[in-house]
Amino acid sequence: MSPPEGENPSHRDDPPQRERRTPENPERLYILTGEDTERAPLDLVTLIVAHGEAPPTAEPEHADVLRLCGAPLSVAEISAYLALPFSVVTILLTKMLGADLVQARAPIVRSTLPDRSLLEAVMHGLQKL
Amino acid sequence: MDFKSSDTITGPSQEEALPHTATAAVKIVIVGGFGVGKTTMVGSVSEIRPLTTEETMTQAGIGVDDNYGSESKTATTVAMDFGRISLSEELVLYLFGTPGQERFWFLWNGLFEGALGAVVLIDTRRLEVSFDVIGRLEERGVPFVVAVNDFPDAPHHSMDTLRRALDLDEVVPMVKCDARQRASSRDTLLTLMRYLHSLTVARV
Repeated sequence: MSPPEGENPSHRDDPPQRERRTPENPERLYILTGEDTERAPLDLVTLIVAHGEAPPTAEPEHADVLRLCGAPLSVAEISAYLALPFSVVTILLTKMLGADLVQARAPIVRSTLPDRSLLEAVMHGLQKL
Repeated sequence: MDFKSSDTITGPSQEEALPHTATAAVKIVIVGGFGVGKTTMVGSVSEIRPLTTEETMTQAGIGVDDNYGSESKTATTVAMDFGRISLSEELVLYLFGTPGQERFWFLWNGLFEGALGAVVLIDTRRLEVSFDVIGRLEERGVPFVVAVNDFPDAPHHSMDTLRRALDLDEVVPMVKCDARQRASSRDTLLTLMRYLHSLTVARV
């Protein structure tokens, strides 16, 4: 299948050409939410921190989250460790935020005018890798 | 899937725990076709063993795909591998790799909307698998760079040829990278950050 290595690259076939997309009908896909629950605006990378130890009365799922979130942990990580879909975790966390069991630290999202000092902080951090 | 009891849930190890001073996170999405090296790139720079999060979506059975009536619905689970880099005591970067069908990634609420930007990883053996995602990023106004993952047996095309084939805007940076190498993956991310920085300068 693949052409021989290292010879006359110019003689090989040109790569396929991308055509610009034509807008199509919006796809009819939905997130499964189960019941229509109100949810806190949680991002995959919102950091969640437990306010304290799980009270003895805590539901098992809540106790698991509290144990995981002794140190800050993103919603994505909570979803991974609990092996639960993201939307299910957000429902769980909305309840816990309402009960003041956890605190949420909102992520910095890209705004229309990105913050240069933020970008510089990211670059500085990456350069240390 | 049974609910995991508390005893079986393993959280992050001591070394993997973020400091309490971590106040905010940012994210970058790595996109590309199947087998192009997205998870490899996430793994090569992540400070944690890459993890997987998932979302379940339902697709209403309408349109050209559907031959069986309009009421059918299929559930699709979309999984996403991700890693993490602590940039400072306060700031954390998450990298999301997106396997599977690209049309589902864009329905994952907030995945691209909040992201700083995206890296489109391409394999010159199968350039066409990236076409759709590039179009969708353009439509959504998500800034991105294109990284050509260097596979040894891949056909060689010049960057100019690839740029033309991908019909990229002139300003979009293109880099070569070896997703297995930490330094190379880091440099790709830095290229994206410099590009984002240049966009802010241009707008001032």
